[in-house]
Amino acid sequence: MIKKIFKYVVFELIRSRIVWAYAVFLLLSTLGLFYLGQNSSKTVISILNIILFIIPLVSIIFGTIHLYNSKEFIEFLLTQPVDRKTVYWSEYFGLACVFSFVFTICTGIPVLIFNFSFTSIYLITSGIILTFVFISLAFLSSVINNDKVKGIGLSIILWLYFAIIFDGLIMSVFYLFRDYPLEKIIIFLTSLNPVDLSRVMVILQTDVSAMMGFSGATIQNYMGSFTGKVYAFAILILWILIPSYISYKIFSRKNF
Amino acid sequence: MIEIKNLNKYYGKFHVLKNLDLNLEKGEIVALMGPNGSGKTTLMKSILGLVIPDKGEIKVNQISVKNNSSYRKIIGYMPQIANYPENLKVSELFKLIRDIRGGDDSPDKELIADFRIEEIYNKNFGQLSGGYKQRVTAAIAFMHKPSLLILDEPTSSLDPLSSEIMKSKILKEKKESNLIFVSSHIASEVELIADRIIYMLEGKIILNTLIKNIKNGATEFKLGKALKDLIDMKIKEKND
Repeated sequence: MIKKIFKYVVFELIRSRIVWAYAVFLLLSTLGLFYLGQNSSKTVISILNIILFIIPLVSIIFGTIHLYNSKEFIEFLLTQPVDRKTVYWSEYFGLACVFSFVFTICTGIPVLIFNFSFTSIYLITSGIILTFVFISLAFLSSVINNDKVKGIGLSIILWLYFAIIFDGLIMSVFYLFRDYPLEKIIIFLTSLNPVDLSRVMVILQTDVSAMMGFSGATIQNYMGSFTGKVYAFAILILWILIPSYISYKIFSRKNF
Repeated sequence: MIEIKNLNKYYGKFHVLKNLDLNLEKGEIVALMGPNGSGKTTLMKSILGLVIPDKGEIKVNQISVKNNSSYRKIIGYMPQIANYPENLKVSELFKLIRDIRGGDDSPDKELIADFRIEEIYNKNFGQLSGGYKQRVTAAIAFMHKPSLLILDEPTSSLDPLSSEIMKSKILKEKKESNLIFVSSHIASEVELIADRIIYMLEGKIILNTLIKNIKNGATEFKLGKALKDLIDMKIKEKND
């Protein structure tokens, strides 16, 4: 049954102007960076920086708005002989798959054409994972707030926190407690931010030390590149599963 | 067909449904009336499984609605406000229902003709006017010939033409001896279509009777006025 409803969620999304605008933006920025950049492997890192800002922002904001706009449609589906589990996961996978597909086509394929490397594969993987993570957070933000304004507000705060504020916090911790052994704490704090984990996962593949940051350097020194990547990947999967499962549980008990 | 026992629902501290008991059988059009906030929509949504009761039991055709979705196969529902994905065509919406419920893939010509939606059948839902949106919603409720129809203020946001289409469709369905459970604020409309009236006040059913019993053989009869007198009497009895 999930497949049946999923199909219509996808139909609806691929006709959305916002999805097309997102596709055009990703394609133009990827091609533009490759066109302007001299060194294609450095361009991949520039694309990574765009991905780390744009994917979380678009996924969480559009995901939140989409769920609020679909409120009546979800209600309607729930009055049909369909259980809540089917409706929830159809919406979730529909949204996450469409956004991941757009990213893969508009950024992933050009990156592979211009720079076929393991770094590019890691970049695409982290982009897809970030899409799923931030759609999960968008769903969580929507199901815990009945008020659309509050839900979108929470999503913006989450994005600001993960994409911008978190770096400041981690630097403050590093500065204030610089005399103490901080490896475990830094690794723990990095695990609390999927954006940082994605960055670390790709950077550990490139070994560009200037891009490591505190968290990347600490994970590399403490765990080594391979274990660090596996660790970042595993925690990112938890970042997909935990928020999406919590929001599913809330959704299954929610009054419409 | 619908059995409700000791139903209770709270929204925070607000006790929306209070120890509600109700039995409804096939072959009747039952009108649910009451002021705004009296719990009409919550009651309907509880039957549909959209609202999860805090206490009590609801059975539809002897099947408990708790953690169950299969009982909704026999239900057609029309909400007060309907909004479907604006980029989906009306025809796709119909197909979605068929995909979920199974059945014939060809469009239901009679239904499309009854609700006069031929000209918008291949348009996106987002392009439709309010009246057409409601007609599409109504047509979807009547698809698959449901034996239980739940209509939440079906004519409140309809233009006069759509409203008439809706009323004649309800009366047509009555002949099929289904149960039609309809909420409304319009006494004249209820008088025209309903057999039974249920009046809710502050989360309780204070009146559940056949309209012919209220009429009591009177030739000059206005349901609104009779209802007001009856409700006033019930409230007075309660306060005494």
